[in-house]
Amino acid sequence: MTTEPDSSADAAEPRGAASATAPPTDPPPAGGPAAASSGKARVGVADLIFKNLTRTAGIGLLALIAVIATFLVLRATDALSANTGNFLTTEEWFPNASPPKFGVAATLYGTVVSAAVAMIIAVPVAVGIALFITVYAPRQLSSILGYIVDLLAAVPSVVYGLWGLIVLAPHMKGIQLWLNDYFGWIPLFDADSVGRSLFVASVVLAIMILPIVAALSREVFLQVPIAHREAALALGATRWEMIRVAVLPYGKPGVISASMLGLGRAMGETIAVALVLPASFNISEHILSPAGNTIAANVANGWGEANDIGRGALIASGLVLFIVTMIVNILARAIVARRREFSGSAA
Amino acid sequence: MATRIDVNGLTAYYGKFKAVADVNLTIEPKNVTAFIGPSGCGKSTVLRTLNRMHEVLPGARVEGRVLLDGEDLYGAGMDPVNVRRTVGMVFQRPNPFPTMSIYENVIAGLKLNGVRKKALLDERVEESLRGANLWEEVKDRLGRPGAGLSGGQQQRLCIARAIAVEPQVLLMDEPCSALDPISTLAIEDLITKLKSSFTIVIVTHNMQQASRVSDATAFFSLEKTGDPGRLVEFDKTSKIFSNPTEKRTEDYVSGRFG
Repeated sequence: MTTEPDSSADAAEPRGAASATAPPTDPPPAGGPAAASSGKARVGVADLIFKNLTRTAGIGLLALIAVIATFLVLRATDALSANTGNFLTTEEWFPNASPPKFGVAATLYGTVVSAAVAMIIAVPVAVGIALFITVYAPRQLSSILGYIVDLLAAVPSVVYGLWGLIVLAPHMKGIQLWLNDYFGWIPLFDADSVGRSLFVASVVLAIMILPIVAALSREVFLQVPIAHREAALALGATRWEMIRVAVLPYGKPGVISASMLGLGRAMGETIAVALVLPASFNISEHILSPAGNTIAANVANGWGEANDIGRGALIASGLVLFIVTMIVNILARAIVARRREFSGSAA
Repeated sequence: MATRIDVNGLTAYYGKFKAVADVNLTIEPKNVTAFIGPSGCGKSTVLRTLNRMHEVLPGARVEGRVLLDGEDLYGAGMDPVNVRRTVGMVFQRPNPFPTMSIYENVIAGLKLNGVRKKALLDERVEESLRGANLWEEVKDRLGRPGAGLSGGQQQRLCIARAIAVEPQVLLMDEPCSALDPISTLAIEDLITKLKSSFTIVIVTHNMQQASRVSDATAFFSLEKTGDPGRLVEFDKTSKIFSNPTEKRTEDYVSGRFG
């Protein structure tokens, strides 16, 4: 035991010796420059290639967006100049008539409302699923469920849409009547009759976006550092309080991003909505009434029999969808950025 | 306020692995008790059993008794949530809530207890931050993010957060290991000041620190990797560092171990 200090002194000596003999070992570094510079050159070339590759990809992406926008605008202009109605406020869609008269108001309304209601239904459920998997479920169940949710998120959403359409929608009458009976005093749930309504479309959309929002939220909650969860628990937080104090605030930006992805899908969803809604062109706040249409569904329904002006009109409505999606995303980013210094990314 | 802790026949497991076996010791009120020992000897595990944070990890469990002024923390009907409100904890890495301001961090525990009155919260924030020797440095920026402070300040913020709920015991798990020497000194001064109000238990790898701040020291060790850690010796700090009974303790505190 008493030899320990000596041995540590021994250990220190060779290190001192090594530094003492450093000058004689100069030659290798001196011979090195050639090798080092050739290594540097190789790194330089790889760097250059990678830099140009990423730059090309970045510019290409921007160019692609510009091309798409230009295409939409060009194709839409002809139809818009032939339009005898106001494109933004008219609740009719007769672009193939002469003179053509059409407006995006009803379909835009249907798109926004159905997507918004779908979000209201889907996001809380998705967050609940994600929290159960990451915080409440026992470890083995949690990994199995996590795997299943990831798998479900990878299935194309139209599959869920078809299920919702064929299996669920026929059973929606009961809940719609119930909502109408008990919440009919709210104009939203007031209806003379219920049927293939915006509400049913919203429920189908909610089912379609649920897996992706749940899977992404789960990923987000998994990122919450154990240290923050333990900090909350050590203060005497219950599991739910720990979620409220540590998990949800930390995960909020991620959940917003996940929701935006879901919202994008909901607003762009075509076939399932086109099959549910009766494709009527009127704005009604009674979302249980059998009425409504969305931009995407309208494109799917109308493209086949449209003439040139008709196609231009549909493209113009597509442009509106493009702009609305961008606005929503910008707003979401603004919300996330507002408290960036509190997001934990600064830590 | 401050509280005596009796640990009787404590054995802690991680799943099937027995991390630490048969620990018996008594922690005196308003004292600083240091846990020292090589890595893996179970000193942090024992610390975490004192406020039932050990069982937070999947598969972790405890046998034996921990008496807080005679009341068994692991007795039937004891709610771990209540235990943790009585026995506060400061962690190895400063972990203020990144989504909260300095002010919100300090009151996080109070809010969990249902304190809502602004005047009372303001008062407790100042009191706790003063208690943690941080008030003068942050009083003009209480609304700024807690994560924006330096490491040492963050750790003192965490101490303020822990003492804001007025616990009886304060557990510290290597509170200075991520800090520079000046911040470490600030925390050590703080520990000496806090012991007039709290029973403090500190885990440390730094033996100078243990000898500087603690009144009693527990030395934990293990025979070889895979064996459970055991309490080798527990005595007054002055005795442990000058004239320990066990040869293994002497080897460790004098820097000769293996």
